[in-house]
Amino acid sequence: MTALLFGATSDIAIALAKCLAKNKYNLQLAGRDMEVMTGLKSNIEIQQQVRVSIYEFDAEKFDGHAAWYDQLLPKPDIVILVFGYLGNHQKALEDWKESKRILDTNYVGAVSILNIVANDFANRKQGVIVGISSVAGNRGRMSNYLYGSAKAGLTAYLSGLRNRLYHSGVHVLTVMPGFVRTQMTEGLKLPPLVTAEPDQVAQKIVNAIAGKRNTLYVLPIWRLIMLVIRNIPEFIFKKLKL
Amino acid sequence: MPTTTSISNWGNYPKLEAIVNSFKSIKELKYLLKTNNNFIARGNGRCYGDSSLHSHILSTTKYNNILAFDSTKGLITCQAGVSFDELIHFLVPKGFFLPVTPGTKFITVGGAVASDIHGKNHHQDGSFGRHIVVMDVLIAAGEVVTCSNQINSELFNATCGGMGLTGIILQVTFSLKRISSYEIDQVSIKAHNLEEVFKLFEEYKNATYSVAWIDCLQSGESLGRSILMVGEHSDNIQRNKFRSERKFSIPFNFPSWVLNKWSIKIFNFLFYHKLIKKKVRSRVSLDQFFYPLDFIGRWNKMYGKNGFVQYQFVLPLVQSKEGLKKILTAIGNSGSGSFLAVLKLFGEQDSGLISFPMKGYTLALDFPMRKGLFEFLDKLDALVLEHGGRIYLTKDARMKKEIFWDSYQRAKEFEKVVLHYNPNLNFRSSQSDRLAITKL
Repeated sequence: MTALLFGATSDIAIALAKCLAKNKYNLQLAGRDMEVMTGLKSNIEIQQQVRVSIYEFDAEKFDGHAAWYDQLLPKPDIVILVFGYLGNHQKALEDWKESKRILDTNYVGAVSILNIVANDFANRKQGVIVGISSVAGNRGRMSNYLYGSAKAGLTAYLSGLRNRLYHSGVHVLTVMPGFVRTQMTEGLKLPPLVTAEPDQVAQKIVNAIAGKRNTLYVLPIWRLIMLVIRNIPEFIFKKLKL
Repeated sequence: MPTTTSISNWGNYPKLEAIVNSFKSIKELKYLLKTNNNFIARGNGRCYGDSSLHSHILSTTKYNNILAFDSTKGLITCQAGVSFDELIHFLVPKGFFLPVTPGTKFITVGGAVASDIHGKNHHQDGSFGRHIVVMDVLIAAGEVVTCSNQINSELFNATCGGMGLTGIILQVTFSLKRISSYEIDQVSIKAHNLEEVFKLFEEYKNATYSVAWIDCLQSGESLGRSILMVGEHSDNIQRNKFRSERKFSIPFNFPSWVLNKWSIKIFNFLFYHKLIKKKVRSRVSLDQFFYPLDFIGRWNKMYGKNGFVQYQFVLPLVQSKEGLKKILTAIGNSGSGSFLAVLKLFGEQDSGLISFPMKGYTLALDFPMRKGLFEFLDKLDALVLEHGGRIYLTKDARMKKEIFWDSYQRAKEFEKVVLHYNPNLNFRSSQSDRLAITKL
């Protein structure tokens, strides 16, 4: 079995790669930073008896995605899309380039590559696709609605994809990590009770793949938090500073 | 804007506000180095005081890949952030062990180099630096310099035990110890006093591992009452799978009154008399032998929220007996010693310029933070200095700068090398500022 990870240099992806290798999956790591992936490849191959291949991949270079996937051998059994870009919301409000980067990475890039993977999996009538989305997509808030709206798009896309591919025997898992202690959130003060560690996220995702779960909230409390947030009436919500 | 975090090392003293950034590649590291003028590298924060603290901290914990392993030569190459814990899990089932390990496995390789750590086998195998084949250091100019005993040896000798002041340790290749068992054959021997434990250390000088737990609250005839523990890697065939687990964690800071003269006396009494016979042989796991305190996660919280200071010094062999008697008497009189102190006979000094170990006896003990502690420790410093000894920087949080400069004979030489590779003193810690190694 082979698992392909997009955005392989993020903390969650690294934890996932290690966890999947422990479960004897061969790995295909795709990301932008070859230096990080080269080190990770050595580390995993030395510690686990699995094959690790690394590939340069840029989510924002949509045009190359089809050719990129074509050259990939063997084709993966599991695809996990981990990349994401939080960006700088305040900057993005003034700067279209930053806005576009947030949308392109989190939504357009994800759709571009997953369309290609989905068609392959549908033809082969097998496979699992995992998308890391975000609770930020459950309701737009003033502090991060650009990132949130892109992730909302991704969540809707994954739900549609699940519906479509169910009929081809392909499973789609949507992951809502909540807060995770990663490089992306370094320096932010995260409340410990609702913050997960990357290893914990990885283990839960691997379990959810095995259990064919549809939507995974890494910490179940987030399902409750988001239920509350979604159900605040709009005339109140708009007055809050969230 | 980067936000700061309140951060402290294992002693929970001092605490300061710092920006902490991690890196996964040299590229990221170089980028971070452009964001500020001063940095100190930090691994798992298992040094006790302020050695790896400064306003801007570069955490090596995500630079943590094992890059190569050669089982025929017994060599491993890892990035600085790899922890000893991970290495033990990887190496032990393959018949290897760390060449040198301190009393906790939750340290990183980078920290091991920067502290030039020593273990229970120092009298045989020296400190960690002796086992390094080659390492890479990113110096202030942004260049990666490879160094070893042969190439760029002045950088090598200033980096082993150099407290991170020469640059960022990136990756290290070091040799491993071959073992055939997951267990240690241990012998524990009671010593009634300092004379006796000195004799025992001498008697067991050919043992691979030796260390003594000493009761600092004894006086007179039983001053220096202790238990010497020596160990050898067992050669029994191992059938079961290697396992290593953490058992128990202290969930919160104990109130400061929990540890007092009387509770410590009772603990030490029980510890000493647990051994009924003069000499006991046993077979224990690697964890039990090397890392007894790792069984209790966050044992540092035992000392309460004000934290504690660990005090470790070494005295040259000829001065050891006299000096230890004076120092133990001073500690006994103050009544503020720790649960247990650790006594060990070091072997020959290695080549690190400000590396701590030297031939002689070293004693390590904890002092809970309290009023008047620093004044008391200043007195101990004076005694250490008077007997030609020095204090372990990795555990220090409060030493006065004069003590450092007077006790580390090669400090000037060290400073020169630091100025060569780190001319603008970009790599500096609260400790190096305090000790005026990096002058403000």
